[in-house]
Amino acid sequence: MIGKSMDIYESHSINREEKELLLNYMGRDPSHTEIGIFSVMWSEHCSYKSSRHWLKKLHTKGKQVIQGPGENAGVIDIGDNQAIIFKMESHNHPSFIEPYQGAATGVGGIMRDIFTMGARPIALLNSIRFGELAHSKTKFLLSGVVSGIGGYGNCVGIPTVAGETGFDSSYNGNNLVNAMCVGLTTRDKIFYSKASGIGNPVVYVGAKTGRDGIHGATMASGEFDDESDKNRPTVQVGDPYAEKLLLEACLELMQKDAIISIQDMGAAGLTSSSVEMADKGRVGIELNLDNIPTRQENLTAYEMMLSESQERMLMVLKPEKTDIAKEVFKKWDVDFAIVGKITETNNIVVLHNGMIEADIPIKFLTDNAPIYKRETISKNKQDQKNQLSSDIKIKEAILRVLNSANICSKKWIWEQYDRTIMANTLNEAGEDAGIVRIENTEKAIAMSCDVTPRYCDADAKKGAMQAVSECWRNIISMGAKPLAITNCLNFGNPEKPEIMTDFVETINGIRDASIVLDFPVVSGNVSLYNETNGHPIKNTPTIGGVGLIKNIGILEDFGSANVGDSIYMIGKKGSHLDCSTLEEVYNNTSSNNPPEVDLNQEKINGNCVLELIQEKIISSCHDISDGGMIVALCELIIKDEIGATLNKIAEDQLIRQLFGEDQSRYIITIKPRFVSAFENKIKKNGIDYELIGNITSSQLKINDGIIISNSELKNSYESLIPSIMSNKE
Amino acid sequence: MDVTIIRFPGTNCDLDTANAVKKVIGINPNIISCKESNIPKSDLIIIPGGFSYGDYLRSGAIAAREPIMDDLELKGNQGVYIIGICNGFQILTERKLLPGSLLKNSSLKFISKNIKLKVDRNDTFFTSKYKTNEIVKIPIAHHDGNFFVDRKTLNSIEDNNQVALRYMEPINGSLNDIAGLYNKDLNILGLMPHPERAIDMKTGTNDGSKIFESALNFFAT
Repeated sequence: MIGKSMDIYESHSINREEKELLLNYMGRDPSHTEIGIFSVMWSEHCSYKSSRHWLKKLHTKGKQVIQGPGENAGVIDIGDNQAIIFKMESHNHPSFIEPYQGAATGVGGIMRDIFTMGARPIALLNSIRFGELAHSKTKFLLSGVVSGIGGYGNCVGIPTVAGETGFDSSYNGNNLVNAMCVGLTTRDKIFYSKASGIGNPVVYVGAKTGRDGIHGATMASGEFDDESDKNRPTVQVGDPYAEKLLLEACLELMQKDAIISIQDMGAAGLTSSSVEMADKGRVGIELNLDNIPTRQENLTAYEMMLSESQERMLMVLKPEKTDIAKEVFKKWDVDFAIVGKITETNNIVVLHNGMIEADIPIKFLTDNAPIYKRETISKNKQDQKNQLSSDIKIKEAILRVLNSANICSKKWIWEQYDRTIMANTLNEAGEDAGIVRIENTEKAIAMSCDVTPRYCDADAKKGAMQAVSECWRNIISMGAKPLAITNCLNFGNPEKPEIMTDFVETINGIRDASIVLDFPVVSGNVSLYNETNGHPIKNTPTIGGVGLIKNIGILEDFGSANVGDSIYMIGKKGSHLDCSTLEEVYNNTSSNNPPEVDLNQEKINGNCVLELIQEKIISSCHDISDGGMIVALCELIIKDEIGATLNKIAEDQLIRQLFGEDQSRYIITIKPRFVSAFENKIKKNGIDYELIGNITSSQLKINDGIIISNSELKNSYESLIPSIMSNKE
Repeated sequence: MDVTIIRFPGTNCDLDTANAVKKVIGINPNIISCKESNIPKSDLIIIPGGFSYGDYLRSGAIAAREPIMDDLELKGNQGVYIIGICNGFQILTERKLLPGSLLKNSSLKFISKNIKLKVDRNDTFFTSKYKTNEIVKIPIAHHDGNFFVDRKTLNSIEDNNQVALRYMEPINGSLNDIAGLYNKDLNILGLMPHPERAIDMKTGTNDGSKIFESALNFFAT
């Protein structure tokens, strides 16, 4: 593993300055195991050394917030003593090397973050991004990632209810897998990771430890090159069956008042879980590795401390409850072992075969770990103007956009995810957000994942504001009040000033939007070094949001448009074509001037739409985003198998109004008898709106001459991915 | 009426099924672990969906060889009513309580969707509340639902009217579009669709309720 010419520190991705700092801290030559522990704890993935300084600037407060960032996941209040726990996490690097296992273990890891805190997972979401559809590796990666996400979530039995999939050449060498999990618990049953009680037993539960995933965290903190396939042994292997048993056993034990603290073993496995628990409690921890359940013989201390074998947890138990806990895990066929104790030393001490393998003051691994305020620059943005051809044919443009990779139906993907298990999913796939009922109540939550990397790459701050706004709109469109967000910030190499600058601007954008919209960040994850051979991905700050529907009665007769309904647009007429989907489809590139995001307008429009839904005035609602008004309208009529006739639009305005991607807009449909109630309300709010047409039975008609049948629209919208995936070449 | 639900390690539809029994039949079912040596006295036994033993080896194969299955087989032979849903269906075929087997879907992919099915007959314990040839919408969610059996057995299945439900369109490669199947005595039913997820219009369909209502109807009358 260590090249002869390579320094042991270098081979552990510890640079020269970090090596000096480490030697200075330790005052002696560290053991091999100690170097391993430092290397993972100081990796970007675990230490957030490039991002920590900036993440503090996020808006994380609100009266709905019970627990913000810093724990395994964020916690929000949904009333009636109930809490929602949620988080999103990336598994980008492993999914590129081994798509099935990389994606599967991404889902498994985020699920453990949720049930570690005491919540039963009730929904999964994901945001996945690949290179161009035509790229030689995309088919393999897409197929593997989707099977992996489904394979894990379906087996554990948690419905996957929403997500998004994007394609762009910047991901050709570095795909993204961001998985989100949402769980439900009661407010008085939330578990934290802070260890306490000198002498209390440290307990290992779950799958046995093997050699898989050693140095996964370090791998996930580096760039890729043509040799990246060699990293395959660092990818963990998932066992959703073991996760299901672990989940049930943990939730059962959590009812028995036995747990002082609990932490899942994710990246950097036993090392990071033990260090984090002890660090939060400001105590020491002693581990005796002789007691670790292993699945291979002769594992060294180094290997056990760095293994990323999946489906494992570490807990500190009340000593008098140890036997009860042991019984619970025995019942579920899950390994249970006392592997150490809490100490007053403030050190992590690792014993193996009677030897002290490591003895490190915990603060060196946490508070005193390196932190970088990396160089940023002020960018001189040069506007690249949009140069769309002047003779675009409307019908062809609509069909081409519907048939483009980023707009087209993702049915091929979501049909592989169990959506109906738990019997609480209230809507069909492919809508703006997933809705899941809270069992035995009249409440439901709506969830969505969003980002438009095209915008984020052109203007990091605007793009970030747009991502938060789109997530907010998607949740509003389902009749839910948006409550809070999680995020996954996927970027290239932060040592490049232009990327670090975009990262900082992204934080600013998320902050501004979440303040104005009262949509605070409660958890999140950063994934840097998403580059291959020096080519970074587009900035991709994925936002995952959760909203609350207090009374699911509002969803009755809501969600489908009917023949004869009027179609209204909330917001201004479309005009902004720079950086649009149309431009991307026709020019295969996009200019760098994304649409403006007026956060105050976003808030006013959104709150008004939410009230319209709550007052049952509108029959369906769809947010306008990628592809503009016409794509939102087409998605609606394809889904409901109906048609629409648009009111006359001036020829010279047609393309802008149909395809413009101006923000803060919605398409809504209204039954004739509610039109006056709608107009009264919207005029009172002083919001821009327009009657744009009416719902008909089977065709889309624009300005007399343009007629497209529902089946033509549907065929364009649904055929792309199945045709590519069934092509045997 | 006594209903027992058997939970294997990896079963994940046990709570959904118990809820459906509670809501539709109005009684609390008894959920038992497969580690129990006997099944308590029951009028209806349900093996719910999931991934028993992780679907390792073959879906349903390990569960079908658990000791508790000896008692299930005995009770089945005595005429106790049994439903196996999804993985439960796979377990019943692995145990040979139902003919044939459930292969990987012809697409080789997991399929999750609401689909239309036809009820072949309404004169059984499980379907009395449906009309014959009624079209119903119930979700499926499986990777191995492709029903396969030798030609001779298939002919006898059809001759004996053992088909409970058929897919209205080709879904997973199943012979004769078989989605649900009875044993010869009509007291054991295997279903690939999940009726327990179709008991409330709020989730899009309540067409699965009538399976439970039919069972209740039998004991009520």
